[in-house]
Amino acid sequence: MNPRSCVNIHKEWDIVGARQLGREMAKEIGFGTVDQARIATAVSELARNIYLYAKNGQVCFEYIYTNSQKGILMTAVDTGPGIKDISRVMQDGYTTSGGLGAGLPGVKRLMDEFDIESAAGEGTKIKAIKWIR
Amino acid sequence: MEETIRKNTVKYQKLLQKYIETQDEKSLYDLELISKAFIKKNILPEELINLHIQAMERIYPQLLEEYKLSMEFLLEATVFYGLALQEVDYLRQEKDVLTSEISVAANMQKTLLGTQRPEVSGLDIGAISVPAHQMNGDYHHFTKGSNGTIGIAIADVVGKGIPAALCMSMIKYAMDSYPEATMSPNKVLENLNRVVERNIDPSMFITMCYAHYLPAESKLRLSSAGHEPGYIFRAETEEFEEVRAKGIVLGVMPDATYREYELAIQKDDLIIFLTDGVSECRDGDRFIETEELLEVIRKYIDLPAQELVENVYQYFEKLQDFQLRDDFTLIVLRKEV
Repeated sequence: MNPRSCVNIHKEWDIVGARQLGREMAKEIGFGTVDQARIATAVSELARNIYLYAKNGQVCFEYIYTNSQKGILMTAVDTGPGIKDISRVMQDGYTTSGGLGAGLPGVKRLMDEFDIESAAGEGTKIKAIKWIR
Repeated sequence: MEETIRKNTVKYQKLLQKYIETQDEKSLYDLELISKAFIKKNILPEELINLHIQAMERIYPQLLEEYKLSMEFLLEATVFYGLALQEVDYLRQEKDVLTSEISVAANMQKTLLGTQRPEVSGLDIGAISVPAHQMNGDYHHFTKGSNGTIGIAIADVVGKGIPAALCMSMIKYAMDSYPEATMSPNKVLENLNRVVERNIDPSMFITMCYAHYLPAESKLRLSSAGHEPGYIFRAETEEFEEVRAKGIVLGVMPDATYREYELAIQKDDLIIFLTDGVSECRDGDRFIETEELLEVIRKYIDLPAQELVENVYQYFEKLQDFQLRDDFTLIVLRKEV
């Protein structure tokens, strides 16, 4: 009923794999076209961060249910250098975005819930949820 | 947001259909109104494309599969436009917050650093100080001692905007603690120099001129810390005389000393102090010459002091297309009797 599927990220091609899995699972549970596109974009950003900065990591998806809602939870975990100053990377317009609105603030916008844990030298864990509207 | 989309779905579909059938301008105008409503409600581009896809599928149920897929492709392409738009919107809000904070600070600065032109019979005083941006990096003030001495301070921090403005508060509070009227101008500058030297960043410095006008003796005593020279318009010859006083800028040498200069002032002479925002006004890419500045002052020389400075300011404001490049401060004193 609630399988957890993961994609390992270590080469650029894996980003495509993660997008595809995320989109398929989103479509399966009933997300509309716009939200599917948003989820895929969020997956892209998270997987790309792993590929660029941590080199190795994993993006996982699972369905989540509450009494009134259902949605998708994605978890991106890596064992890379970690993020020293989280508030800085969560700031809009910070270097990584380059005015594209991308980066972690972008992911936060695309999704409904967002949580990040990171320690320098230990890696980063990001959880993001999108609920079906 | 979803409410707005729902409300406009049918409307959009009707307009689209009408346009496809008749290509009329009215539909396009009505569409413009819908777009505006969407932008107001922060509807993102991908939502609009989606609305379009749905409308097309409803009007033409037999659409080509290739067409449908192409629209999905387009929708994917716009997701990032939506993100970039939201970021810009956020930055704009943040800018508004900053702007309003700065305007509060600028008002506070006006209150803190404000000075009154003293009322002295036989002396007509005019002063104007306008910042290039919101915060003023020029400073001037007047004091009136119990013996009738008028103290005049005019200063300019290198640089402008907020850092310069913060620096100016320091000058003001340091001076407040001095018995200005009984302290000679060179001592005022020597004391200030020590304060500035100890407290500001080595890359910053302040130029300043401090003067005492002694009405009983008709004398002007002044010292300068690298400040723009002042001028005296001599009524008798109708010529401007440059008041060049030597002295190092404040904040560079800990034990700088300053020389005091004394000038006799005659009836109807006009004493002029200014900052480089006045003497370095620009006409296009060209700095104005001192002669031009003095000619402008001469043009208004018969006006009361305050009207004179205001007219000179308006002249240069207009010359520079209403965009000051630097803070502008001009003070004049006319001995009337």
